[in-house]
Amino acid sequence: MMGELISLKNVWKIYREGEENAVFALRDISLIIKKGEFVAIMGPSGSGKSTAMNLIGSLDVPSKGDIFLDGHNISHLSESDLAQIRGKKIGFIFQQFNLIPNLTARENVMLPMIFQGSDEFEREKRAGELLKLVELEDRVDHLPSELSGGQQQRVAIARALANDPEVILADEPTGNLDTKTGEKVMDFLNKLHNQGKTIIIVTHDPNLAIENASTTYWLKDGKIDKITKKKGKNKIVGNEK
Amino acid sequence: MKQYLVLAVKNLRKRGLRSWLTLLGICIGIAAVVSLISLGDALKDTVNSQFNIASVEVISVQAGGITGFGPPGSGVSKHLTKQDSDAIERLSSVEFAIPRNLKTVSVEYNDKVEFVMVSSVPNDDKIDDMYTLLDIGVSSGRLMERGEKNLIMIGDSLADGEKNSFERDIGVGNKLKLNGEEFRIVGVLEKKGSFIIDGTILINSEGLKEISDIGDNVDLIVVRAKDKDSIDDAKRDIEDLLRERRDVKIGEEDFEVSTPEAQLESINEILTGIQVFIVIIASISIFIGAVGIANTMTTSVIERRKEIGIMKAIGARNKNIFYQFFVEAGLLGLIGGLIGAALGIGIGYLGTTGLNIFLGTSTKPNINFILIISSLLGSFIVGSISGVVPAMNAAKQNPVEAIRG
Repeated sequence: MMGELISLKNVWKIYREGEENAVFALRDISLIIKKGEFVAIMGPSGSGKSTAMNLIGSLDVPSKGDIFLDGHNISHLSESDLAQIRGKKIGFIFQQFNLIPNLTARENVMLPMIFQGSDEFEREKRAGELLKLVELEDRVDHLPSELSGGQQQRVAIARALANDPEVILADEPTGNLDTKTGEKVMDFLNKLHNQGKTIIIVTHDPNLAIENASTTYWLKDGKIDKITKKKGKNKIVGNEK
Repeated sequence: MKQYLVLAVKNLRKRGLRSWLTLLGICIGIAAVVSLISLGDALKDTVNSQFNIASVEVISVQAGGITGFGPPGSGVSKHLTKQDSDAIERLSSVEFAIPRNLKTVSVEYNDKVEFVMVSSVPNDDKIDDMYTLLDIGVSSGRLMERGEKNLIMIGDSLADGEKNSFERDIGVGNKLKLNGEEFRIVGVLEKKGSFIIDGTILINSEGLKEISDIGDNVDLIVVRAKDKDSIDDAKRDIEDLLRERRDVKIGEEDFEVSTPEAQLESINEILTGIQVFIVIIASISIFIGAVGIANTMTTSVIERRKEIGIMKAIGARNKNIFYQFFVEAGLLGLIGGLIGAALGIGIGYLGTTGLNIFLGTSTKPNINFILIISSLLGSFIVGSISGVVPAMNAAKQNPVEAIRG
């Protein structure tokens, strides 16, 4: 199918499989995410949304079923191959920002490029451009501890963009931020979406999902409970309010 | 590689005191090795000069063999004689032979008494050979000449009021009572760095006869071979001659013919023993250091689990993580080695300077580029080997679990 970027086909994730206390985190999930979509995965804690994110982000492989990324089945790849793929195709944004504390903003943004083997000059140049994009050009040599939460999350966005991935995968991106800085972060994500990036956010906050995403998957007990689609193009939070 | 180093340096800078303390083992080990090697030659030179082993063509002959710690000739029933010495001198492989006596006498000055080992100098033309052989000169006064029965020369430390028991500096012109008889000092010997020479009194052999009971006995015959190559021939000839003169069989000799090489050998054996001992200590501390690095790296892997998870999420492969920790461990070792090497060089310099001041020698510490490079390389390798297991643990962390911290 054209435009299909990520698809999950009858995916199961079972922890401690075969044991008495086995946990069925995902039960027979199937979904398709198209190129350029803004998708939200919604659900309360324990619904399996974190597991879904790990699988979509190729951090983990399913117990059963197949996952296709850009047409390639990644369900049975080795950890190193997965690392290579997610480094190139997926940019992660975490609730806790997850910057490397010993590295400056610029070095944090350069890190994913190191793992893809791009040369040093290229890395410096691109890191500078990306930090300018997230309006942190005057903070490039600051350590994460010297930055506010919102600034750290913007560094994380710049880092997620380092290898120009197809997908930005954001796990509760505003969860640790106050409303205003959270909105600014969502502004950036929407801007990226408008530039053609596929955005996937994982959240328990229905407002965040409804206001931004074109498609929302509601998870409950490891299954897709419902799918909601939003009509219209107006996705920028600030303007809607 | 460069980025691993940069990251490793950044991570190490954040380390707490605990990590640095684990380097102590490597530090001590490398310091021990470096100081040992840099001191080694100085130590040998010093010991050799202590025992006054200067000339390699010199053979010493004494009765009874080396039986204890007493001076040569003491406690021997069948002494060597002047005739033995003359017979040795007639051997074709021998250039000359000097009979010597060593005797402990009481020395009185300034109403204080000290017991000193006096050493005879020949009362004939051999006196010049003797001076050449011992390689001595005077720092004040002059050398004794043949026939000067009532004169003596004293060693450097005996002249020094702070080192002798007379509580007063003594020098040329002063008169000492040796076993009750008065002798005038005609010269003070140059400092040799050997306690044997620096603490002695040289006395005319006839003069010594008059104040002691040595008679015709000779304690020690000092022989100079024709040249370096004939030293073994000379030794064998002397042994043959003395066996005949003293009527003993091979293997039952009641005399000892020793070459400086043999003396050096026994000293070097002791020094080698010391070196082996220090190398063992160094190995143990380097091993402890290696365990320390492995330990601190393991802790570091646990502490930085989340960081490892993040790195993996943004595309780090297992080998990237492995190299990161591996290089960091190696760098830890290298830093330990650097501090240790600096310490070792310091000890080397201090030690040699100390020996030089104490003994008046002028040896230099043996510090070379290869020694430094190889000890640094060694400590880097020890560090990285210690890092292998922790780095493997780091590399195989599951990203999903690790990222939760």
